[in-house]
Amino acid sequence: MKFIHYIERVGGVSVYGIFSLALFGLIFGVMLVWALRADRNMIKEISQIPLDDQTN
Amino acid sequence: MPTEQFYYDNKTVKRFAYAVLFWSIVGMLAGLWASISLFYPSINLGLPATSFGRMRPVHTNAVIFAFVGNGIFMGVYYSLQRLCKTRMYSNLLSSLHFWGWQLIIVVGAVTLWMGKTSGKEYAELEWPLDIAIAVVWIIFGINLFGTILKRREKHIYVAIWFYIATWVTVAMLHIVNSVELPVSMWKSYSWYAGVQDALVQWWYGHNAVAFFLTTPYLGLMYYFLPKAANRPIYSYRLSIIHFWALIFIYIWAGPHHLLYTALPDWAQSLGVVFSIMLIAPSWGGMLNGLFTLRGAWDRVREDPVLKFLVVAITCYGMATFEGPMLSLKNVNAISHFTDWTIAHVHIGALGWNGFLTFGILYWLIPRMWNTPLYSKKLAGTHFWIGTIGIVLYAVPLYWAGFTQSMMWKNFTEEGQLRFQFLETVTHILPMYITRSIGGTLYIIGALIMVYNLRKTIKQGQFSANELAEAPALPAVAETHGRTYWHRWIERRPLQMLVFSLVAVAIGGMIEMIPTFLVKSNIPTISSVKPYTPLELHGRDIYVREGCYLCHSQMVRPFRDEVARYGEYSKAGEFVYDHPFQWGSKRTGPDLARVGGKYPDSWHYNHLLDPTSMSPGSIMPNYGWLFDHELDTLRTPSMIRAMQRLGVPYPAGYASEANNDLSAQEASIRASLKGDKISTGGNKEIVALIAYLQRLGKDIKAAPKEQTAMKDGGALMGN
Repeated sequence: MKFIHYIERVGGVSVYGIFSLALFGLIFGVMLVWALRADRNMIKEISQIPLDDQTN
Repeated sequence: MPTEQFYYDNKTVKRFAYAVLFWSIVGMLAGLWASISLFYPSINLGLPATSFGRMRPVHTNAVIFAFVGNGIFMGVYYSLQRLCKTRMYSNLLSSLHFWGWQLIIVVGAVTLWMGKTSGKEYAELEWPLDIAIAVVWIIFGINLFGTILKRREKHIYVAIWFYIATWVTVAMLHIVNSVELPVSMWKSYSWYAGVQDALVQWWYGHNAVAFFLTTPYLGLMYYFLPKAANRPIYSYRLSIIHFWALIFIYIWAGPHHLLYTALPDWAQSLGVVFSIMLIAPSWGGMLNGLFTLRGAWDRVREDPVLKFLVVAITCYGMATFEGPMLSLKNVNAISHFTDWTIAHVHIGALGWNGFLTFGILYWLIPRMWNTPLYSKKLAGTHFWIGTIGIVLYAVPLYWAGFTQSMMWKNFTEEGQLRFQFLETVTHILPMYITRSIGGTLYIIGALIMVYNLRKTIKQGQFSANELAEAPALPAVAETHGRTYWHRWIERRPLQMLVFSLVAVAIGGMIEMIPTFLVKSNIPTISSVKPYTPLELHGRDIYVREGCYLCHSQMVRPFRDEVARYGEYSKAGEFVYDHPFQWGSKRTGPDLARVGGKYPDSWHYNHLLDPTSMSPGSIMPNYGWLFDHELDTLRTPSMIRAMQRLGVPYPAGYASEANNDLSAQEASIRASLKGDKISTGGNKEIVALIAYLQRLGKDIKAAPKEQTAMKDGGALMGN
């Protein structure tokens, strides 16, 4: 297989940067909302898992 | 609810722990050896295997894949079973994983010493080992997911998310970067060429740091720090944000290794922006670790485990602050190609990975052997010697890097370069010596640890199978409050795998696909022609001897570099370079424009004894190149391989290539003869001279305005 240039010129290269930042912003925002709104008891329960394995 | 009894597998953890101890010493000694050869080159004993160009990949591979790799597996096999409240999925897979990995390490070290290398940093192992790594990685994956699926704990703790992201991303990186065409049993050519190869390589290289040296160790931090401090992590919510932000951003940052190179400008900018953003999740993770110890700092004074963990996390914070700073183009212009980078990575390797591993070992081994640590005092001694070692290692190299870069860029009032390249090297040799002293202290610390742990093991009683009990997982899970979509991912490992893969694959694709598909990104230069058969052989020798580890082939568009080396490098110059050889460090000068700069006899004498041509040079002698015969039987297969990769040799050229090779060889021997040097027929040295004399020549033949115009538009992105 050879790498053949399918497209002759890249149009509007700046869109890559904007798209990637927007994508990150979206995912980060959704994660942030979820993490902050998650149930307090569940968070507490999960954070205890390492200490709750009966080894020392 | 009735509880079930089961046994944790400690035997596999023990094996990995022994491997960590063994390979840590081996990897560090290889590093020490390589570092000494920078100020005392004759330590290589005149042997090919022990020259810097071969010791350095042995060192980096041993530390990354043998020391840290086994450290990951040790920690994962211990913590995963306990976080899932179940034994590992399969004893057989655990065993195959352990022995398979050790076999790869041993064969890897031997082949690297023999000069079998693909010539891509941190991915040097040749194709049979690449396949073996993939197989063992899949075995590890089945064992990992099998264990998670049969767990007795309904939630998947954040450490396991890091393990899953590590597994899936390393698999992706390894497969994409290792696409290569085998030419013989231990030789292959990268499928990609030039700029594309560079982009894939540093996308891999940076993410090897991210997903082999960082995410799995963050997972270990999230397990072992709460264990050692006996308190939960400071903020579990923060750890969720830390995880998703980190894996999403990391994957984009690779191009910061290629700033001011011939990589298209938009890709460089993308890498810079995401590298700066990385500081936020990295510091979120560091603070989450350090805040876990709030109210327990008095114990840090007493407990050697906590001491090691605190310094490890602090070094993580330092390295992840420095990383984004080094990604700024104006800082990178100074730091790149210097020892600054070496100092930076060793804050990570010695501080973060090394100290975290030591902390875990000091915690783990007394527990698995049911005995207190043999000597807390010795562990404290190790801590201090190690810490001083890190400082003595890093500070001189920061100094050396900065000093040398300033010397490179220094002009006299008349506008001439003030320093010869060699002057900038000899100036920093005292710093190299101090660095080796720091490294030696660090190794002494590690040896003290090996002694301490050996004594601990001797006085203890190992429990290979540790009894535990837990209730079975209920078929219908109870829910807390409102159920959100994240619970759907967070409780199911396979969804987690898919989402992690999507997060990391998007970054890779947006960066790479345009560079592969869009013609304007790699402007062609009509005068750039494929290498001749003899030059191709010479290039293989150049790769084999690891020349790229000290010499770059990338002139950046800076006044000093253009004055010192010649016209800056263009993307179109590298279209036949499988693999690319841009390098990442200038211990010696750049070679992109060395062709035709010196007569053949200069290279002949220089490779025989560098100090004869450049007094004070720290380059080793390459005496064996003058004895070894060129393997011309390989020529046809090399040409055919290059043709398959798209290098435009004429059809049927493979069978005639050796004629051209002989003719070119004869002409170089004649030119050497003119300088009263007679060399035997078919020697490797002639091929290497042919390659060196070709470097940068094509572009000199090109009409000036053509290369300048064609390149200027795409390179600068305007």
